[in-house]
Amino acid sequence: MEIHVVYYLIVSTIMLFAGIYGFFTRKNLLAVLISVELILNATNINFAVFNRYLFPDVFEGHFFALFGIGIAAAETAVAIAIIINIYRNIRNIQTDNIDEMKG
Amino acid sequence: MDYSYTILILLLPMLSFIVLGLAGMRMQHKVAGAIGTAVLGIVAVLSYATAYFYFGNGRSADGTYEKLMPYNFEWLPFTSNLHIDLGILLDPISVMMLIVISTVSLMVHIYSFGYMKGEKGFQRYYAFLSLFTFSMLGLVVATNIFQMYIFWELVGVSSYLLIGFYYTKPEAVAASKKAFIVTRFADLGFLIGILIYGYYAGTFTFEPETQMLIAAGGMMPWALGLMFVGGAGKSAMFPLHIWLPDAMEGPTPVSALIHAATMVVAGVYLVARMFPIFIAYAPEVLHWIAYLGVLTAFYAAAVACVQTDIKRVLAFSTISQIAFMVVALGVCIGADTHEGLGYMAGMFHLFTHAMFKALLFLGAGAIIHAVHSNEMSAMGGLRKYMPITHITFLIACLAIAGIPPFSGFFSKDEILAACFQFSPVVGWMMSIIAGMTAFYMFRLYYGIFWGKENKELHAHHTPHEAPLSMSFPLMFLAAVTCVSGFIPFGHFVSSNGQAYDIHLNAQVAITSVCIAIVAIVLATFMYMKEQQPVADKLAATFKTLHRAAYRRFYMDEIWMFVTKKIIFRCISTPLAWFDRHAVDQFFNFTAWSANASADEVRGMQSGKIQSYCIWFLIGALAFTVMLLLV
Amino acid sequence: MDITLQQLVFYVVAILMSVFSVMTVTSGSILRSATYLLFVLFGTAAIYFILGYTFLGAVQLMVYAGGIVVLYVFSILLTNSDKSINQKICKSKLFAVLATVLIGAALVLFLIWTNGFALNAIPECSEIGLKEIGRDLIGMDKYQYVLPFEIVSVLLLACMIGGLLIARKR
Repeated sequence: MEIHVVYYLIVSTIMLFAGIYGFFTRKNLLAVLISVELILNATNINFAVFNRYLFPDVFEGHFFALFGIGIAAAETAVAIAIIINIYRNIRNIQTDNIDEMKG
Repeated sequence: MDYSYTILILLLPMLSFIVLGLAGMRMQHKVAGAIGTAVLGIVAVLSYATAYFYFGNGRSADGTYEKLMPYNFEWLPFTSNLHIDLGILLDPISVMMLIVISTVSLMVHIYSFGYMKGEKGFQRYYAFLSLFTFSMLGLVVATNIFQMYIFWELVGVSSYLLIGFYYTKPEAVAASKKAFIVTRFADLGFLIGILIYGYYAGTFTFEPETQMLIAAGGMMPWALGLMFVGGAGKSAMFPLHIWLPDAMEGPTPVSALIHAATMVVAGVYLVARMFPIFIAYAPEVLHWIAYLGVLTAFYAAAVACVQTDIKRVLAFSTISQIAFMVVALGVCIGADTHEGLGYMAGMFHLFTHAMFKALLFLGAGAIIHAVHSNEMSAMGGLRKYMPITHITFLIACLAIAGIPPFSGFFSKDEILAACFQFSPVVGWMMSIIAGMTAFYMFRLYYGIFWGKENKELHAHHTPHEAPLSMSFPLMFLAAVTCVSGFIPFGHFVSSNGQAYDIHLNAQVAITSVCIAIVAIVLATFMYMKEQQPVADKLAATFKTLHRAAYRRFYMDEIWMFVTKKIIFRCISTPLAWFDRHAVDQFFNFTAWSANASADEVRGMQSGKIQSYCIWFLIGALAFTVMLLLV
Repeated sequence: MDITLQQLVFYVVAILMSVFSVMTVTSGSILRSATYLLFVLFGTAAIYFILGYTFLGAVQLMVYAGGIVVLYVFSILLTNSDKSINQKICKSKLFAVLATVLIGAALVLFLIWTNGFALNAIPECSEIGLKEIGRDLIGMDKYQYVLPFEIVSVLLLACMIGGLLIARKR
């Protein structure tokens, strides 16, 4: 099984920056959320890869990725609930229209 | 002997000030006045008790009265030996001053009952009087020069408040400002002097270590000289005297208390306080002070001869008499009782002068109260209407003129003797000035009580004798003036503390009495009649001189020229320009730049989460790059 | 140069994941975008399988592919998002983001490359069994995770309640 660890990391890096790019360029909140999923998955891959390659005897990265998946699921559920609520209120989920945080 | 009760002498007037100042406006006039007067009565009794026990307690082994400090606590420690203390010092001159201040202040308090009756701000007036009394007592019992300075400034403040008592009168406001600014300006010198003194002597107390003073060498005369500048400001020495005549805008009892008897002698007291250091390390400064005193005495006496406002005459006479005291201190040539005769004489004159000058001012107040004017032209022939005032005023005039057996004779005689001992020239000049004193005082006396009566004014409003509350202080002070000359003053106060028997120098005494009598006769001849041909003719002949003297030899105009034309135009205007264009602009620029950058930054607060995040990302990347490069 | 099957699978998966993740964020239709995301998630699961973490891969498939993506699709349809996806951001901002992302990616790749990982093979070890995972999740010893497990369970409960509260009709 001759796969260099760097290849995994390259894949996760591409995912991460694709997610970041999407996060900044998308205007639709759901699309932004999809980009966030990419970022989360990239980190999860890194946890698993480092665990497997560097410390094969323990499973910390493995469990961390597991918990990460759980938390990501929870986050997505809440975020989608919020987005749907926003849609109900303003019939729109464009980020431009959501700037109530401004002082 | 336990002197711990002396703290009450300070605390009671302060308490009275606080009570009257805070709650006075809710009190009846009489209640407020009674509180102030009662407190002062207690203070006076305590002062007399202190003096009685202090002098009655006898001398210590070396023949002096020992210096006592019932209280002295360290207030601001700077170094182990340089610290500012607050306390109470009892020595012959401070005890003597306690008596003077509490007596005159008590008399003024009683007198003001009648004089200020029904005035608006009666309670405020008594509050300020208490404040002044507190400050002045604190000044004289100061244990160190810095405490003295603190109370010195407090005295200045209360003087300012009292001169400006009629704050709706523009002249009073201007006079109070003038007094405050001139004395503050002089106090700058005092402060610098104190700092030099503290630096070189290593202490603020009055008795530094000898080797420190020797090591200070040439700096000690500078320190003492600068201190005297402050003293000259408070004591109205030429050319800083200009505030005192204007200070007469205040109520007359205030003039009696502050601007005749107590505060203005603070400068003399300061020199007396520092006298041991003066005489040992800066005798030449002392002599310069004496020459300045002679000039002031002559100048003030000359101006007093032609003034028509009776309070102005008394003000210039005060300047002249204080100059006598300064001269007396300045002509000392050594510390022992004989060479330091002037010290004793100056303090003696301070004592007697306080009494008879307060009497003169209170008498003048009674007269002004009766005729509602300060001008001599509104008076004349008042002896019929106001017998008590007339007699007491005459006693005071005789005292200041130096006629035996009134107190002024004894003290002035000692001063003249000291002057002759120093130098015959100074002695003769002072004798002539003493003659001028007699002349202008009797000119004043005749102008008020004899001379041409202003009939139409008096018909319109008949002058009447003052009420008892006003005439009692007059009689009391007149009695003091009659007897205080016989006090063996040298036994209490002298330059080195040893007892000194006052013995009249027959030659000096006879000369001065003769000069005084000649002057009085001259004044009688010129001013007693209703018509005054000689005086008018003299004024017409020496028109320029008369006019110059009447305008006080243009000293005010010279000061105005110096301040307005020279200081304001050449120094203040460029500084103001610098302030407005450089300093202000700098701060305007910082404000503007903060504003502008805030405007720029505000755009980043868009409320859009994505733009926040991209800044975060850029920051994180920048940090990564930084970590890589480091 | 002989390539094993496993390597072949990995390279194919890696390339697909890279392509699909880029397409996820560039696609003009949000439904497609969600579909590409699904592919990327499958790829992630495949990587877990390659690494030997079969349980993790299974969870990834169930939670993401089975749950979350379905949720996305529903909410996309609920909010009419497929019509409004095409709003573009302005050019200058796009360039700024692109530059930042490229520089960032270059930086990270540079770091990975120069770090000098000398690990070119997956170390041999026994696969972690389900029983062991279960025990580790609720054990209290070192390297056991009952506390995070409980916290996550509470978190999920809170999310459930919160989601209901936020999304319900008033």
